[in-house]
Amino acid sequence: MISVNPKGEVWVFAEQHDGKLEDIGLELLGRARILGDKLGVKVGAVLIGDEIKSLAEKLCHYGADKVYVLEHPLLEHYQANSYGKVIDDLVHKYQPQIMIYGATACGRDLAPRVASAIKAGLTADCTDLQIGDHETKEQVYKNLLLQIRPAFGGNIIATIINYDRWPQMATVREGVMPMPELITARKHEIVAEKVHVTHDDLPLEILNEHKREKKVNLKASRIVVSGGAGVGSKENFKLVWDLANALGAAPGATRAAVDLGFIDRDHQVGQTGTTVRPSLYIAIGISGAIQHQAGMSDSQKIIAINNDPQAPILDIAHYKIIGDLNEIVPKMIKAIKARV
Amino acid sequence: MAYNCVVAIKQVPDTKRIIGEAMNDDGTVNRGALPAIFNPEDLNALEMALMIKDKFGGKVTVMTMGLPAASAILRESLYRGADDAILITDRRCGASDTLATSYILSCAIKKLDYDIVLCGRQAIDGDTAQVGPQLAEKLGIPQITYVEELISLEKKTIAARRNIGNGWQEVKCKLPVLLTVIDEANDPRVSVAKKLMKCKKARTPVEIQMQMKQDNPNASDDDIKQLTTAKVKELEEKGLLIKQWDLDYLAADLQWCGRDGSPTKVHRIQSVVLTARESKTIEPSEQGIADMVHELISDKTIS
Repeated sequence: MISVNPKGEVWVFAEQHDGKLEDIGLELLGRARILGDKLGVKVGAVLIGDEIKSLAEKLCHYGADKVYVLEHPLLEHYQANSYGKVIDDLVHKYQPQIMIYGATACGRDLAPRVASAIKAGLTADCTDLQIGDHETKEQVYKNLLLQIRPAFGGNIIATIINYDRWPQMATVREGVMPMPELITARKHEIVAEKVHVTHDDLPLEILNEHKREKKVNLKASRIVVSGGAGVGSKENFKLVWDLANALGAAPGATRAAVDLGFIDRDHQVGQTGTTVRPSLYIAIGISGAIQHQAGMSDSQKIIAINNDPQAPILDIAHYKIIGDLNEIVPKMIKAIKARV
Repeated sequence: MAYNCVVAIKQVPDTKRIIGEAMNDDGTVNRGALPAIFNPEDLNALEMALMIKDKFGGKVTVMTMGLPAASAILRESLYRGADDAILITDRRCGASDTLATSYILSCAIKKLDYDIVLCGRQAIDGDTAQVGPQLAEKLGIPQITYVEELISLEKKTIAARRNIGNGWQEVKCKLPVLLTVIDEANDPRVSVAKKLMKCKKARTPVEIQMQMKQDNPNASDDDIKQLTTAKVKELEEKGLLIKQWDLDYLAADLQWCGRDGSPTKVHRIQSVVLTARESKTIEPSEQGIADMVHELISDKTIS
């Protein structure tokens, strides 16, 4: 761990694969910028790989004051040991007060390894990050990172802090923080760091890898039309698809609908699926389990169609339609086709 | 060749069954009102270890850190085919975050002869998925996370397929290694009747002591101690004693255990309050729906 360092920077791990930056790093920079401004410190992005210097400028456009570029041929492909080691070294050298990572497959593999090596705290899957004070009987700790996350299956919201073993570290799910505005005229600094990494830091041999595009881009859609178990069958799920097509929307689903085989897992919205914040979310035959709400409650407008007037989803809907979805959805499609 | 596997498991409240009375008025979870279960993905980790034992031989040891009641999942592991079970229980383990937990587990695992350490990807009470990688780091061994398939084990080398969300990755690595296993990896076997019959009497020393107190309400502390020692010896001879380790036995450095060893602290807990919204109830008639659609078009929600 490093000692408490209120002058330390706010860092973001800028995840890249095959020379392409992941959106999550840019989303995190948006929030890091807010945190850094509040604390009056610089925002740094940590970019690791081989021949990836050209990506640094984009990170500055999204809010970084400084980009630490860690390049080495042995860092071409991500591994927890090698990336963990160079981050460990970098943290000890520059003593940042905060470091945030995406809660991606890579970030969730890497961040705990780093936290253990540094002996610092780490909070997983934060849905919000703020700056605030913490009081104990003995002392007031000023300007800590408030790490806010759901726990117990989404039934409670816990705010976690770390006041003595820094850096304060957290992971954040994709799509939870809005993408910041692009600023091209930002003053910035690119720091090329020397790294020490050997073959001993690469215990894994990558034999084969297959990446596939997700079948749907829920995050990028302005409208999401989702179906739940209440839709009843895979055949009947065609109603969800039809309404989505009529609106140019992305089709989504609850975990229950996915588990029942109505639709592919790529479409799952919720705590264990994708978090969405569209302009309009239409929930069809969805009761509204807290785990599902965690992935869609930030939608600007919500329409809920349900035959159960007690369904929790109705409590967060802006438009409630209580009745048989098999009659309501075709009426909606008709009304949309007539108007648009 | 045979492989020794250690499986780190956790007893968790069944968070999928949280209902009204499970929430306290102050927004905290009343754990007592929830059934305690074997963390689901830890069953997948145990199954993978048992499959390795079935195919190559070796020993499967399960280990958990928790309250004495966590012995229940250790017994359940024995019913499914684990060879040895260890309960790490100590008041000073309380309030451990993932970092302190991984430290304590690492102290225990270092006492064992192991080739492969297995964990479930994550526990359903916290969903952090942190203890696996942290434990690997503390043991100074590599980790293969999100394992969906064990491809091969040959001499001192393992190959496995990882699910990386948007695809998969096959990796090879020298033993010892730590794996975190996901629920797609396998279908955990159920208890074996013969093992259940044999192991249902397996107990930890702390359980034996509680039983002795219950059975002999008027006995002195010394008598209870004697009765407990005798019973512990009896179970040990029958191979039915679940090992129980405390932090002294682990020679753990207390500054890295429990609350003191945990950098993360709780600042605040809130129950999830559904925000009341301005909402309209729409008549499920053609006119009602058409009016709603029109409103959404005019405020540009639908373009």
